Amino acid sequence: MELISAKQLRDKIAARQTSSVEATKAVFARIAKIEPIVGAYISTFEEQAIPRAAEIDKRIAGGEKLGQLAGVPVAVKDNMCTTFGTTTCASKILANFHAPYNATVVEKLLAADAVIIGKTNLDEFAMGSSTENSGLKQTVNPWDTKRVPGGSSGGSTAAVAAGLCYAALGSDTGGSIRQPASLCGVVGLKPTYGRVSRYGLVAYGSSLDQIGPITQTVEDCALMLNVIAGHDTADSTSVDEKIAPVCDYLAKLDEPVKGLRIGIASSFNAGADEQVRKAIDEAIQTYKKLGGTIVEIDMPHLDYAIAAYYMVATAEASSNLARYDGVHYGHRTRKPNDYIEVYTKSRAEGFGKEVKRRIMLGTYALSSGYYDAYYLKALKVRNLIRGDFVKAFEKCDCIMMPVAPTTAFKIGEKVDDPLKMYLSDIYTIAANLAGIPGISIPCGFDEKNLPIGLQILSPAFSEEKLLRIAQMYEKQTDWHNRKPKMGVETQLKIQFNG
Amino acid sequence: MDKKIDKSQVKKVAKLARLDLSEAEIEEFAVQLNAIIDYVERMNKLNTEGVEPMAHCLPVSNVFRDDIIKESLGTEKTLANAPQQDGQFFKVPKILEEQ
Repeated sequence: MELISAKQLRDKIAARQTSSVEATKAVFARIAKIEPIVGAYISTFEEQAIPRAAEIDKRIAGGEKLGQLAGVPVAVKDNMCTTFGTTTCASKILANFHAPYNATVVEKLLAADAVIIGKTNLDEFAMGSSTENSGLKQTVNPWDTKRVPGGSSGGSTAAVAAGLCYAALGSDTGGSIRQPASLCGVVGLKPTYGRVSRYGLVAYGSSLDQIGPITQTVEDCALMLNVIAGHDTADSTSVDEKIAPVCDYLAKLDEPVKGLRIGIASSFNAGADEQVRKAIDEAIQTYKKLGGTIVEIDMPHLDYAIAAYYMVATAEASSNLARYDGVHYGHRTRKPNDYIEVYTKSRAEGFGKEVKRRIMLGTYALSSGYYDAYYLKALKVRNLIRGDFVKAFEKCDCIMMPVAPTTAFKIGEKVDDPLKMYLSDIYTIAANLAGIPGISIPCGFDEKNLPIGLQILSPAFSEEKLLRIAQMYEKQTDWHNRKPKMGVETQLKIQFNG
Repeated sequence: MDKKIDKSQVKKVAKLARLDLSEAEIEEFAVQLNAIIDYVERMNKLNTEGVEPMAHCLPVSNVFRDDIIKESLGTEKTLANAPQQDGQFFKVPKILEEQ
């Protein structure tokens, strides 16, 4: 399989230099070889994907004008509803759940003539930073199979990094697109809250969740955003396009931003590992050479972002996950003694440890006597964090910082210490609390050859500019062209040797 | 570190959350939730007097549409994922004692 970008493949299919069937078959051939090592997918749909690809090829041959992703094999995180296959959220409680409708983003991918080839693994209900909390399987980092891919969209980022699809969708509640993108060396965008419809995205933290693209290049990211952005009457929090128009994110992508002012919070960035800091500093130097100027900004409340986030997100989660009651859908315990046990035992058997922990934390934060001290306090801190960004963006066009304090960590390294795991979200969480967009782009490797991501944050609904800023850097560097050596023979040997 | 959450507190919250936790889980969560809450309390260093709580980062308001009958999911699809159903209703264990 030739590793070209999604847009390159689309153009080749349109020009009939290759076909969607050829590309889709090649992806499935690669999945057959590499997926047993990577474990990116919860389900794949070869039987329906090949005929769909053939139908798209036929329509192209017939001279029909097709959608923006015509014939391109893509993957979807398994917390987005599809009428085909299952929608598991990587949870035992939904292991056999067949959604009765498609998420809006899935409808949009289909309308753009994409070929959906599978649904990717995640931390159960998107709660985690390593994909180790999946109740169904383990995903490894394609750059080092002893390490985590990041999370919670680790299946999607591993699939894109390993060439097991051309592009994918993830969801980001506290960094779940950007952090695994950074750890897997791919591009990941969390759009502004309200830019992309959440209809059919299984809810975790409803005021924080946002769907976004995970891709090989910034250009692919713009292409995917073109397909999924926009108002949806089925999601009351998706934003009216009269207020915030959706544009063609590809149209001016190659136009550099003139007089770019880059906000840096030096003391905040100092918390990252030395090699991460070095890569970020070098990336900023590249922007300086491109005409960017550095503006030192003060973000006094960012140190409180994790504390506020883990109250707000878990409170919302405890409420959202109340729907898993063993009555309407999902797992039900075998022999309940009374109706209360239908709830308590079904939930205890169906949910994994991290999900239980967050439900407990959120229930505690919302419970009588603690509401003001924890939940309400967190909402106030959230407002202060938003204020930090408002002030900062008066002085700069974007803010640059690391995505994660470290590169990919070892499988098992942090699973027993939830607080330690939460702290690895330090750089990504604030964007969700403030609702602003953020992107992770590859900006180097550490001495273990593990990828490092640069995070760029920008004001609400400025995705067009954000992508142009990212593109300026990508055009100067070739980090994004480096692919993990998934030398199948050696990898398989490692696996057989245990 | 003073214990904010003890085992009885964990049991109480588990009851509110409708989670049947094992004794081992209760012990584990008591330790872990304490550590997390202890960390969260750093928020108390901030003076938030006069700061509006922000539940949502966008101004959210009710969205209305015209009261027009649209196609709905239908009984069959609605019940398709139910653990137990009788073709018309979701089935659950009996909740009323017989007299």
